[in-house]
Amino acid sequence: MNPTDKPSNQKAWLLILPVLICVAFSAILPLMTVINYSVQDIISPTRRVFVGTEWFAMVMRDSELHEALGRQIFFSLSVLAVQIPLGVALALCMPASGWKASATLVLVALSLLIPWNVVGTIWQIFGRTDIGLLGHTLQQMGVDYSYTGNPSHAWITVLVMDVWHWTPLVALLAYAGLRSIPDAYYQAARIDGASKFAVFRYIQLPKMRGVLMIAVLLRFMDSFMIYTEPFVLTGGGPGNSTTFLSQYLTQKAVGQFDLGPAAAFSLIYFLIILLFCFVLYNWMQNVGKSQQQG
Amino acid sequence: MAEIRLDLAHAYHPNPQRDEDYALLPLKMTFRDGGAYALLGPSGCGKTTMLNIISGLLQPSQGHVWFDNEDVTQASPQKRNIAQVFQFPVIYDTMTVAENLGFPLKNRKVPKDQITKRVGEIAEMLEMSHQLDMRAAGLSADQKQKISLGRGLVRPDVSAVLFDEPLTVIDPHLKWQLRRKLKQIHHELKLTLIYVTHDQVEALTFADEVVVMTRGKAVQVGTAEALFERPAHTFVGHFIGSPGMNFLPIQINGEICSVHGHLVTIPDSVKLPEHATKIGIRPEYLRVSPTEQPGTLNAGVTQVQDVGTYILVTCQVDQTPVRIRLSPQSQRPEPGDEVYLHLIDSHTCFYQDEELV
Repeated sequence: MNPTDKPSNQKAWLLILPVLICVAFSAILPLMTVINYSVQDIISPTRRVFVGTEWFAMVMRDSELHEALGRQIFFSLSVLAVQIPLGVALALCMPASGWKASATLVLVALSLLIPWNVVGTIWQIFGRTDIGLLGHTLQQMGVDYSYTGNPSHAWITVLVMDVWHWTPLVALLAYAGLRSIPDAYYQAARIDGASKFAVFRYIQLPKMRGVLMIAVLLRFMDSFMIYTEPFVLTGGGPGNSTTFLSQYLTQKAVGQFDLGPAAAFSLIYFLIILLFCFVLYNWMQNVGKSQQQG
Repeated sequence: MAEIRLDLAHAYHPNPQRDEDYALLPLKMTFRDGGAYALLGPSGCGKTTMLNIISGLLQPSQGHVWFDNEDVTQASPQKRNIAQVFQFPVIYDTMTVAENLGFPLKNRKVPKDQITKRVGEIAEMLEMSHQLDMRAAGLSADQKQKISLGRGLVRPDVSAVLFDEPLTVIDPHLKWQLRRKLKQIHHELKLTLIYVTHDQVEALTFADEVVVMTRGKAVQVGTAEALFERPAHTFVGHFIGSPGMNFLPIQINGEICSVHGHLVTIPDSVKLPEHATKIGIRPEYLRVSPTEQPGTLNAGVTQVQDVGTYILVTCQVDQTPVRIRLSPQSQRPEPGDEVYLHLIDSHTCFYQDEELV
């Protein structure tokens, strides 16, 4: 059909209007507000001064923020380094069919259903040395464990808590990837005399590439924005040892009511996540492509 | 290389009671060392089950498998040293074509230079030499299937090579070429080849002996000629040939034979079996006369199709359709005509309870 023959019907715009309004109110307007705050000093509801990029400059020089960012990156990378291999290993161990498969799926998915703040509370009690199973056991074993007093203990507890909470997601994704591999591949591998490791290396891992990419992106974004669990468990302490970016941001915005710097920082935060995801995604895509085309 | 003997039955569910519960009914079979066999039958007849039992991917629920005189029923595919090619291409995505072809050898710790040499030979045979360094994942489906075939043939010392409808995804012209290639490989290497297919042309051109299967039963094992001339079971008659054999009920009473109440002439050369209840005649062997002659059966022509190399005439004897293949030169009947069939001659097969008498 010739492009000029296409029927013209401007009513179509009306049909997408509801979506436009929803997106405007839920995303565009709040974002604009944040941008607005980030370039003004709001002294009172009626008095405001345009300050240009001053807040950005200030935030960039903030050494506390640099520390929080460093902690955050280290934490997210640790999360990926532990959860991805562990999730894949779990998925490999899960039964493939029958009632055992269903039972395992439910059991594994259980921790995903618990709200963030409850997870924090669970671990807060779990880690207490007087009544908590974990804390008390460690104490009995001679470890002077204290997530409230020892920064590295606190950091490790937060990491283990996140692993406990979210590794099942990686496992479920990897499990779905594994189940989609046709039986013929395993049969061919048996005929070809492939070892268990060769089956993993040459069949399972390449076939799981797609779901693992999703798992890495999801886990990276989520862990980079982690807030509730460490907030409930350690409150960011001891000191600042478990204060991650979003908690630092909240302290700024809500605690000290520094709306300008907080807004500027929010935008930077947003860009960091975007940048990381972009880099990760492209890197993983390239790994796949070079594997396919050589 | 080995002679393969089967004496087994298989059911996918425990406690089979009726015949329908079995994927493979109890059977005994021997595959000669170095023979080319085809397992032929419709979908769900048990041919893939039999193949997987031979390769060791599946353990039969009853009975045994022997390679030469060794009982390998419990042995793994590696132990049996079997190669198998599947219906859909299986390739290792992250490897090159050469690595794919060499994978079975590498897993068996064959020295590198031998792998390279053997992979080169196989690639030459499959005309893939120029693609050896390409990633296998980027290739087309039939190229991938050629790699799968190559992986099946790369080990020179296998007990047998099993093919599970390997040419399904391959272009027709390449199909002929690959099938010829397989035959040639069979002649050169003297491997035992077992080939599963539902395509009779494929089976009959590939194999020295064809095993025709239906509903978990091997109904006939024989050469193409035997299957065509003397089908041991009415199913074989139906399944082999295009179109399949015509079957008509008969009554035999001493020297007299009648079909649908009409007496038919028996040539002297044919000896009537006493208890036969059915006759089978290939459409190729039916002779027709335009006029009534003593001892012929009249039939109404319902359809005449010119297929190019022959004319296919369908007619009705009472309610039973009968198909006739006529040469393009012969006089052509029209729908509505009456023709007269000479039923019985030396090609006619007699059946009792669906079995050849």
